[in-house]
Amino acid sequence: MSVAAPDRARRNTELALLILAILLAVGAYALVGLGLEGKVPVGLAGYGMLLVGGYVFAHLVVRWLAPQADPVFLPTAVLLAGLGFAIIYRLDPGLAGAQTLWLLLGLGLFALTLVAIRDHRQLDHFTYTIGLLGIIMLLLPLAPGIGRTVRGARLWVGIGPLQFQPAEIGKVLLVIFLASYLNARKELLAVATRRLGPLALPEPRHLAPLLVAWGLSLVVLFLERDLGSSLLFFGIFVVMLWVATGRAAYLVLGVLLFAIGATFGYLAFDHVQDRVTVWLNVFDPRLIRDEGFQLAQSLFAMATGGIAGTGLGEGQPGFIPDAHTDFVFAAVGEELGLLGTIALLLLYVLLIFRGYRAAVGSPDGFGQLLAAGLSTILALQTFVIIGGVTRLIPLTGITLPFVSYGGSSLVANMVLLALLVRVSSGAVGRPAEDADSTMFVRAARERGG
Amino acid sequence: MERQIRRLAIAFLVLFGAIALNLNYIQVVAADRIANNNANRRLLIQEYEVDRGDIVAADHRTVLADSEATGGDLKYQRRYLEDPELGYGHITGYHSFIFGRTELEQSYNTYLSARAAELFPQRLIDQILGRDEEGAGLVLTIDPELQRIAAEGLGGQEGAVAAIDPRTGAVLALVSNPTYDPNPLASHDPDEVRTTYRQLRPRQPDSPLVSRATDTFFPPGSSFKIVTAAAALESGRGPDFTLPNPPSLDLPQTTENLDNFGGGQCSGGSQIDMASALQQSCNVYFAQLAMEIGADTLVEQARRFGFSEDIPFDIPFVESEIPDPGAFELDIPALAQSGIGQRDVRTNVLHMALIGGAIGNGGVMMVPRLVSEIRDPDGRILRSFTREEFGATMRPENARALTEMMVSVVEAGTGTAAQIPGVRVAGKTGTAQTAVGAAPHAWFVAFAPAEAPEIAVAVVILNGGDLGSEATGGEASAPIAQTVMEAALGG
Repeated sequence: MSVAAPDRARRNTELALLILAILLAVGAYALVGLGLEGKVPVGLAGYGMLLVGGYVFAHLVVRWLAPQADPVFLPTAVLLAGLGFAIIYRLDPGLAGAQTLWLLLGLGLFALTLVAIRDHRQLDHFTYTIGLLGIIMLLLPLAPGIGRTVRGARLWVGIGPLQFQPAEIGKVLLVIFLASYLNARKELLAVATRRLGPLALPEPRHLAPLLVAWGLSLVVLFLERDLGSSLLFFGIFVVMLWVATGRAAYLVLGVLLFAIGATFGYLAFDHVQDRVTVWLNVFDPRLIRDEGFQLAQSLFAMATGGIAGTGLGEGQPGFIPDAHTDFVFAAVGEELGLLGTIALLLLYVLLIFRGYRAAVGSPDGFGQLLAAGLSTILALQTFVIIGGVTRLIPLTGITLPFVSYGGSSLVANMVLLALLVRVSSGAVGRPAEDADSTMFVRAARERGG
Repeated sequence: MERQIRRLAIAFLVLFGAIALNLNYIQVVAADRIANNNANRRLLIQEYEVDRGDIVAADHRTVLADSEATGGDLKYQRRYLEDPELGYGHITGYHSFIFGRTELEQSYNTYLSARAAELFPQRLIDQILGRDEEGAGLVLTIDPELQRIAAEGLGGQEGAVAAIDPRTGAVLALVSNPTYDPNPLASHDPDEVRTTYRQLRPRQPDSPLVSRATDTFFPPGSSFKIVTAAAALESGRGPDFTLPNPPSLDLPQTTENLDNFGGGQCSGGSQIDMASALQQSCNVYFAQLAMEIGADTLVEQARRFGFSEDIPFDIPFVESEIPDPGAFELDIPALAQSGIGQRDVRTNVLHMALIGGAIGNGGVMMVPRLVSEIRDPDGRILRSFTREEFGATMRPENARALTEMMVSVVEAGTGTAAQIPGVRVAGKTGTAQTAVGAAPHAWFVAFAPAEAPEIAVAVVILNGGDLGSEATGGEASAPIAQTVMEAALGG
């Protein structure tokens, strides 16, 4: 294995950042123990060594298989996951073991993805297989026998003691499908045949895919009652369609269809109406101990945290229902304060913007769409859940990527991360026919400025 | 596609910027307002982390309220240790995590909960050392023995007793019946707190939570004649000031008559002087006297005694009422009836004890107080409260003359039940009509020893008490005042 000097420099940067991330994560974990029990947690050696081992292993795999990759991705994700682990341990030490396993499994799949997919364009050959798989994953909870309903939402699949949310990996598969499908058809879909004011309208039959996606997201909303996945799925579809074609008409139509779907959902489901009512009147005394309890507790937690926070282990984030999953951001806000929440927000911005940069830097249309789609899904999910728990928008229950407790989400996001690393790495060991691809990259970079 | 991707990135930058602004709002700008919502359990946890200061009676031994460690997430539980029947609930108030605080628990909360500025250095040390913060304690002026005697004197009757030291304003006993137990309201079990609170019928006028001694007022009846007499003395009419003595007074502008108590003529012939009229509590005389001196003189004197004025006190203390002089101009009968403590005059026992005390004290009325010292957790005095004058209510010679008239009430008038062997007691009875046919409020105001009073007492038994419509101030209330004064002077 020979790694070129500039690549080695990138990998060393990654290693340095990774060490920093690990120090912060392990420090947070130790502080939780000191805050809660007045001593360094006994699990520090066990969990800590395992996880650090996993992180270093992931780094070595990147060094080996994606030497040109952007060095920011892995350390940023590791820092998010490491802080998430500390917070989850702080909320419920009993979850630490499972979260360690999920993290290690996620890192394993991260490595496996890089091993299996040496060139992201391999995925471009299986457009419909991957698309079908994605739809199956999205609809799998509806299958009789294995589908499970947890608190009103049917988004789990259970086989024996194992439970997971197939939609989490489904959304990654669907992004791959969309990148491939739209890359092949983007010129066709962009053809405008008539105009409506400033909007150039595509041919009606080219609206079919949009309508299919809309129908699918409504199925998810009405049959699985999963507001989060439905929103995420439709949102990513509309955004990628627009990115591929540059036709604002798709965005306008998408927003229109979203409004119709949202109205249906609002009229059909009490829990959607409750979300909106709570969003508008969370401090109403009639709601605050009832439907609005969770959101009110989230806001109390963050307000109590103030600028500097109470300190890890010193607050009462346990008062927030679901603090370890959907509301983990509020727990961070209480114990780490505004400094912590803004820092977390900046980590996401960093991760997402590096994703978009990888998209712009990708030499091929598929890679561009893929990286843009994966970054968008991270961005949407992060915005929807943080916006929800901070009452910027009505609450939609989804996990905070990399930080929330939850195996399916963590594993799926690690695969997503591996794909971003892969696209950012360009092509390692590409066959000779691609000799001119370096020129291509250079040309693309120049264009990108 | 690059253009779209760049725009997408900018769009998300804007959205994340909105989140960042919102976080600044929640965690900085509006943080206090949001966090201080009473549905935020964190506030309780913080508040209950403090070992709230004790409240003790004047003997420093009788602990009225303390805090006990619970082992739960609300670390300390407030306890009220004395028998609820002794009426300390209306003095300490309660400390409830649902319904807040009342009385001393509220007015001295910053000290009790260690939030006062004087306690800051100690708090800082406690925090650094990781110790539980301790609140400051209150030492009250209440004499537990007198409080017990006053409460037992009332027994089950609805009413109130107030005893003060006229020289200092220190409240020695303050009892109101019905009373309540603050303990269930300070419970950490929300269901128990809510159920108890509902059973106490809050906001109803007859609720046990309402102190008849300080929170509300009643017509004082003839006990108000000491105010009318003071006004007459101050306007130059002496104890020998005579007026006609018919059995009944035809009230001007009306067809109604104003009768003496019991309906007869006061003894003494066709004319009667002020001293005899006070001794016998002649309604006809004092109604005429009120009209004679006029509304301005009467109301001004009442105001000097604190009617329609805010008298400072450690716990909520309602203002006694008397109308403006202008209100009497077109309604002379109201003036006549107010002169005998009916119609538009309202007061309570704490205020009447202050007035009695002022007369005994040479006219100087004191500001009442319930707290004598605030002590830090180590017992060092942080603040102590000395006597404070409310004001001069009448000239000393007039106060002495009125005292002598009140002595004759107890020696040979309506208030003989208040006599104490070897002590000259000054007093005045009152039997206030509430409604036609309804049982009266029985009043007694007294102080002793008359020449240099050490205690002033006022008692009211509402709606007749045990004696029903037969109740009078002399029979129902004077004996209670007597036992309290005797105990105070005997000790």
